[in-house]
Amino acid sequence: MAPPARAPLCSPMTDLLLPPGQTRLALLRRWWGDHAIAQGAGLIAAAIVLGIATSNIVASMNRLGMAPSLDYLSQPANFDISESLIAYRAGDSYERAILVGLLNTLKLAASGCVLATALGLFLGLARAAGNPLVSKLVEAYVELVRNTPLVLQLFFWIALTHALPSVRQALQPVPGVYLSVRGIYIPWIHVEAGAVWPLAIVIALAVFVVHWVHKRLSRPLTRTEQILVLAVAAGFAAVWILAHGLATSLDKPVLKGFNIGGGLSLTPEFAAMLAGLTVYYSANVSEIVRSGLESVHRGQWEAGRALGFSSLRILQLIALPQAMRVITPLITSTYLDLTKDTTLGVLIGFTEVTAVIKTSANNTGNAIETILVLVAVFLSISLPLSAAINAYNRRLTRRGLVSA
Amino acid sequence: VTILLDVAAVERPKADPWRTSVARLFSSPVNAALTLAALALIVFVAWKFVQWSVVDAAWTGGPDACLSRSGACWPFVRANARLMFFGVYPEGALWRPALSLVLMAAVIVASMVPALWGRLLALAWIVTPVVVCGLLAGLFLEPRVSTNAWGGLPLTVLVWMIAYAGAFVLAVPLALARRSQMGGLRSATIAAIELVRGVPMLVTLYVSSFIVPMMLPGVEVNLFVSLEIALILFVASYLAEVVRAGLQALPRGQTEAAYALGLGYWRTTQLILLPQALRAVIPALVNIGIGVLLSTPLVAVIGMTDFLSAVREAASHEQEWPRCYTTAYFVAGLVFFVICFVASRYSRWLEQRLRGARHA
Repeated sequence: MAPPARAPLCSPMTDLLLPPGQTRLALLRRWWGDHAIAQGAGLIAAAIVLGIATSNIVASMNRLGMAPSLDYLSQPANFDISESLIAYRAGDSYERAILVGLLNTLKLAASGCVLATALGLFLGLARAAGNPLVSKLVEAYVELVRNTPLVLQLFFWIALTHALPSVRQALQPVPGVYLSVRGIYIPWIHVEAGAVWPLAIVIALAVFVVHWVHKRLSRPLTRTEQILVLAVAAGFAAVWILAHGLATSLDKPVLKGFNIGGGLSLTPEFAAMLAGLTVYYSANVSEIVRSGLESVHRGQWEAGRALGFSSLRILQLIALPQAMRVITPLITSTYLDLTKDTTLGVLIGFTEVTAVIKTSANNTGNAIETILVLVAVFLSISLPLSAAINAYNRRLTRRGLVSA
Repeated sequence: VTILLDVAAVERPKADPWRTSVARLFSSPVNAALTLAALALIVFVAWKFVQWSVVDAAWTGGPDACLSRSGACWPFVRANARLMFFGVYPEGALWRPALSLVLMAAVIVASMVPALWGRLLALAWIVTPVVVCGLLAGLFLEPRVSTNAWGGLPLTVLVWMIAYAGAFVLAVPLALARRSQMGGLRSATIAAIELVRGVPMLVTLYVSSFIVPMMLPGVEVNLFVSLEIALILFVASYLAEVVRAGLQALPRGQTEAAYALGLGYWRTTQLILLPQALRAVIPALVNIGIGVLLSTPLVAVIGMTDFLSAVREAASHEQEWPRCYTTAYFVAGLVFFVICFVASRYSRWLEQRLRGARHA
């Protein structure tokens, strides 16, 4: 048999793996496996069932007078959205309304991930630190949070924010922070965007250069060198700010009559969602951190101590980098779960993407298409992430760092 | 040599557990401060809780008594117990949801005893949901009760039980298909599982409530049925991954030895692989069960009155019982917490037991 003609797209690597006499068709045949015909028939049958279901859906929609189409996306949406990152008012298109909802979802997910990680890391380390009472306390927190429904916790948080006093009697737990029934107000750093972006880029470049030099030197920087680098960076930043006028200012909320102005304001719904997700997922993160630290052998700590490192340095240089192998995939899927759970906002009146799409579906009657848009939105977030987790796990497995 | 013998002869002083833990609590100034801070926090929280639930709570009387006290409102729970635990089920037939609850609880508790694991229990898992559905609907009884009136704790447990049992039946073939040597089947299964896992449960429920009725034109599809279909598919996609992990953890030698003995694929799977794989992942299966139970309140978004929404409904009668949300949510939280805490401790106990069995 003549050797197969070289296909234009095949890499040399695959060619090397191909035993003589095997064509791509044979490879495909082997991939397809046993029971070729039965398998094909089964898959075709499944496809037919799906096809019938789809045609039934289309037929039902036609009968109800809803021609399936996505045209409504450009029509005006006649509802208001209480919070939005971009300009939106009733009468803008459905497309824009859904975008507003999506941005709210992403805002909630991003801030939830950051806060849950911070709190969870703190709790996980507190639990591992060795004080029995503190670790029991963290354990009780984790048990309490993980054994009650997240929905119930969200109900609790929204009831709490709705029970806050009116704006004029707003609570002030810390100066500059106002808690009122209209929302939560916290100080925020106000930044003049124009002058700061170039500065940030320059600083990032400087950090990169220092890192590179450090690597080339293959020794840690001395104290003098560190101070020199810091001084140059600080001086440069100062000159930049002086030359370009003011760059940042602390924006504190102030109570003015019936209103609170300035600062960063969070709506009660957003604050309740953020509090609920942070508390719930911080318990998960703390468990992940704990299992990660437990995966590091005790001998590593003892060796570190024998070398004269302090506990903090051992954690930073020896334990955490190894624990990250366990932590990274788990925490990524926790972030994914958190993002999916932002949909619970619909239960307490936070206008995230599900709530907007549900309202759109009710208003237009194009329920199915809209729901499919929603499914597509979530799949486009979660499929790449879970593919990344799998790839990371495969890489670790290949390097023999974790067992398969 | 003498030195070594001397060292060996010296007995280590018996560590007094009380003394060691006290030593660990106050080993350094920072640790001592942390201990005291934690102690203060515990005392503070415990005192606040006692104050709310006992000292400042109203124990007798009606709504007026509750309004005058700042703590829990226990008369509300007594007055609304029926609504909270059984929803709007007809008052005359309350023995039916109560009996259903007892039946399902008995099966679930029996499932926690490893000695009872067997065919009979599997049969009980199939029969019980059917019997409970018949009881609640009033198949041979008067009055008939439509699924819209089902509610409260029996509904929550029933939704959970059907979803979990159905998903388990589906999960094993899905896991096998995902590990199959047949590429077409494997790819189709991976696509289906990842598709369902990529979508939040809430969205799955919306999809089911909109799409399932349209898929079957001419058939009156009950909300409860479409809900269960969605839940079964959703839970199955998660369970399948757990079962797959169990199968993956088995050494290759098991399969090879079975083939060498002349067993075929199905006999190998049924007699050698599945029993070991399932046994190894039981704790993970219990954890998913807990997760599903904690997610059942989501069925409220498509209009089912599960336990939590029945509690919320009871608390929302502000004219009759004002400001009772905290008490109501506390009761609901307590019920969920007790069930899930027991289940999670059970899962941990089982894990220890299985580990012991493996080392023995």
